Amino acid sequence: MSISTNLWVWLAAFLTLTIYSFLYKDNIMYKFAEHLFVGASVGWSIAIIWHLTVFQYIIDPIKEAVLNKDVLGFILVLVPTIIGLMYFSRFSRSKGWIARWPIAVTMGYYTGISITPSIETNIFKQVEGTILTSFNPGSLGSWWALLLLVGVVTTLFYFFFSVKHAGFVGRTAKVGIWFVMIAFGASFGYTVMARVSLLIGRIQFLLHDWLGIIK
Amino acid sequence: MKFLTLFGILFLIIQGGSLYSEIVVEDVPNDAGEALMITWDLPDDVGNISMYRIYRLDPGAEDYILVGKVENPNVNVFVDHDPRYPLHAGTEFVYKIVPVDFSQNEVESLGTSLAVSPVAQLFNFNKVNSLIATLFVFAALIFFLNYAKTGKGLFIRKIAGLDALDEAVGRATEMGKPVLYVPGLSTMSDVATIASINILGPVAKKVAEYETKILVPNRDPIVYTIVHEVVKESYLEAGRPDAFDTDQVFFVSQQQFAFVAAVNGLMMREKPATNLFLGMFWAESLLMAETGNITGAIQIAGTDSVTQLPFFITACDYTLIGEELYAASAYLSRDPILVGSVKAQDLEKAIILFLMIACSIISLIAVLAFNTYAFNQVISAIFSF
Repeated sequence: MSISTNLWVWLAAFLTLTIYSFLYKDNIMYKFAEHLFVGASVGWSIAIIWHLTVFQYIIDPIKEAVLNKDVLGFILVLVPTIIGLMYFSRFSRSKGWIARWPIAVTMGYYTGISITPSIETNIFKQVEGTILTSFNPGSLGSWWALLLLVGVVTTLFYFFFSVKHAGFVGRTAKVGIWFVMIAFGASFGYTVMARVSLLIGRIQFLLHDWLGIIK
Repeated sequence: MKFLTLFGILFLIIQGGSLYSEIVVEDVPNDAGEALMITWDLPDDVGNISMYRIYRLDPGAEDYILVGKVENPNVNVFVDHDPRYPLHAGTEFVYKIVPVDFSQNEVESLGTSLAVSPVAQLFNFNKVNSLIATLFVFAALIFFLNYAKTGKGLFIRKIAGLDALDEAVGRATEMGKPVLYVPGLSTMSDVATIASINILGPVAKKVAEYETKILVPNRDPIVYTIVHEVVKESYLEAGRPDAFDTDQVFFVSQQQFAFVAAVNGLMMREKPATNLFLGMFWAESLLMAETGNITGAIQIAGTDSVTQLPFFITACDYTLIGEELYAASAYLSRDPILVGSVKAQDLEKAIILFLMIACSIISLIAVLAFNTYAFNQVISAIFSF
């Protein structure tokens, strides 16, 4: 057993244990770690945004545009900057309504930009992958492909909202939800395994890096 | 002397084959002018070549820069599209191809190309299928919106988790405890976040009507601003603008697990009677849902994240699975516009269903009866992009 002499390892071990103390109940040590974590992360985010966003995308390009007398470049940076600054109007009671303008721009932009990728990835790729393109009764892969098609079709039935789930539709939707639940079960097991490996990593840190009990 | 030189050149050409070839540089179509395709004639004797190095001369530069290599000596095509060495539309570039022998020595260049500039296209023809699908979606949407506006009732089936919402808010009112609403951890670019904000409106209105408190912690600053406005608006709609406390909606942290630590602490201290986790979630889903479970809150979750749904199903009382989250706002508000959009989505799903079954049958007939894969090529062309 060789306990670590590194101060940072001790600090990490202390914070790990304070966070784990939540498993017993909410306590002052957890509150301390929680506030430290939130405070440090917000401070870190501000520094990152200041250097990687404000400087990189606003101050530097504006400086460059002014130096090069590039009017178009200047406007292209200035307009989104002004739209972004409108968010700060929320601090004023009388001018708070101005914040709705950048909200509208943000909502419209993100809704529009997600249309094409959604169609390509969530529809085209999935449909292409589901369509049976060959079938060999002797091949297990073909039967899996058929099962996939049946699973997708019945699951889609479950997600029809304008039809009552009764009769044929209801029975098919019930088969679909079975497929969904089997898939969720597999996903659950897989993810739990990954989480257990994270726990092992943390215990390894405590017992190896900190306390030196295991090699 | 001149005779000897001429003889020497002729000898080299006969012995080693011609190392000089034509290098053609063409613009790669359907892009924003970010790529050029370089082709060259293969040397007669490629046996001594291990690879080709592709050099580029940028405008104003004195030296060529290495932009890539082709490691198969029989391949004579290279697409220059490396973000480390970006190309700019309208700027001319010159290329040279240098073969490398098996001792990694560069041999004589195959020559240089003419100066060519990449061209930006306004329209990407590879995405015509997306355009057709989008136009169809819009057409269906407009049709059902107009249909819904005529006042004819459009049916939407029961969604169990949403039926429990009234009960959940009522429970919080009876217990005198707040409702916790987490609108996911993603940004506004996520459809699940937009759906969650659509649901938050009617929920906040209900909370305001019941004179209960709602707590909405946020991870993304933009989402926070929008959520704040939505909750404020809902209190106004409910006729209770005075009851809106601006601190009910708050920003926590952009760091995923710092956010989780804060929300978990909040759940243990404030003991909300109802927890609503609606939106996009990642690894934090179980951490939050499990803590909520420990506090004894009634929990309704909803996400389109397939990997997180199992955790919500395990730890929550009701879960909106995938598209149920999108349909939820229409179900809650019964707004003709939202109901019409759900109808349009159902029509699109029916068409996708038909396409998958029909294409599978036709494809199987084509393969089994006529032994041709031509139809599969057509399917691939339609759905690929």
